[in-house]
Amino acid sequence: MVKNIAVIGDSESIKGFGAVGIDMYLCDEPQESGNLLKRIAEGEDYAIIFMTEELFELSAKERSKFAEKTVPAVIPIPSAGGNRGIGQKRLSLFVEQAVGSDILFGN
Amino acid sequence: MAVMNVNPTRMQMTKLKKQLQIARRGHKMLKDKRDELMRQFIELVRQNKQLREKVEAQLENCNHHFINASAVMSKQAMESSLMSSKHQTGIDVGEKNIMSVDVPLFSQVHGSDDEGEIFPYGFAFTSFELDDAVSSLNSVLPDLIKLAEIEKSCELMAAEIERTRRRVNSLEHVMIPRYEETIKYIAMKLEENDRSSRTRLMKVKDMLLEKAHNYSEKY
Repeated sequence: MVKNIAVIGDSESIKGFGAVGIDMYLCDEPQESGNLLKRIAEGEDYAIIFMTEELFELSAKERSKFAEKTVPAVIPIPSAGGNRGIGQKRLSLFVEQAVGSDILFGN
Repeated sequence: MAVMNVNPTRMQMTKLKKQLQIARRGHKMLKDKRDELMRQFIELVRQNKQLREKVEAQLENCNHHFINASAVMSKQAMESSLMSSKHQTGIDVGEKNIMSVDVPLFSQVHGSDDEGEIFPYGFAFTSFELDDAVSSLNSVLPDLIKLAEIEKSCELMAAEIERTRRRVNSLEHVMIPRYEETIKYIAMKLEENDRSSRTRLMKVKDMLLEKAHNYSEKY
């Protein structure tokens, strides 16, 4: 089963991804990111959907639908504005969910 | 812990004992499952953290390259050169089963091995900074895909561990004590019934003897 990769973000952060064969979905309106994600993920063409951290945070509700499915994997990446540590925080949340408290990266 | 609402009969007790046995076996198995899942999860999440740090650093580096490129090229020229990608990166999606959790396996489908193939534009009207930027992003791509695979696996495993942990806890702290207590309650009730019927019989025997022979066994 061959699928593609998508990236959602503001034009500044994702402009290069098109060149390496990733489908770009521009989203300059942060409020729209949830709907956009829903539309893209429901099409089932994509195995991986990268999102800039800002948009990733805003679309928590839409993401929860795909959390239990094997694909698509929705993965946060830092945007051009700099790394806000949301990806790292997400790992801590995983550990917290599994163990009960963050015993690995707690700080 | 509340005793279950059951009839204190021998049959009910046998049934409960069987259920208790099953609950204990289930508890042991789920506990083993949780421990193994946890071991694999911790390993994976450590790997995830390392990879994420690496990828984030690389992406930042890419961003610098793109900023350099945009400094020497006009915005329009750059965007138009990046827009027209020749190929689409395909992902072959497989599945792996880790302790009953289905996790995805992503592998990049390679279109061509030609190194120049990654550039979606001709080199004539673009700056070499842009080439740097694109090739650096292209080199992050395998790591990005790997990161997606590992992070999704972590997400799925964390959810499964949480579920298993809840089950183990509910068996350990609710179900099993409840069964044990109910069995104890029935056993005690049966003994009590036994004693009460025995004293009744003794009493009846006394009364009968007294009536028949005016004879008392009382000491």
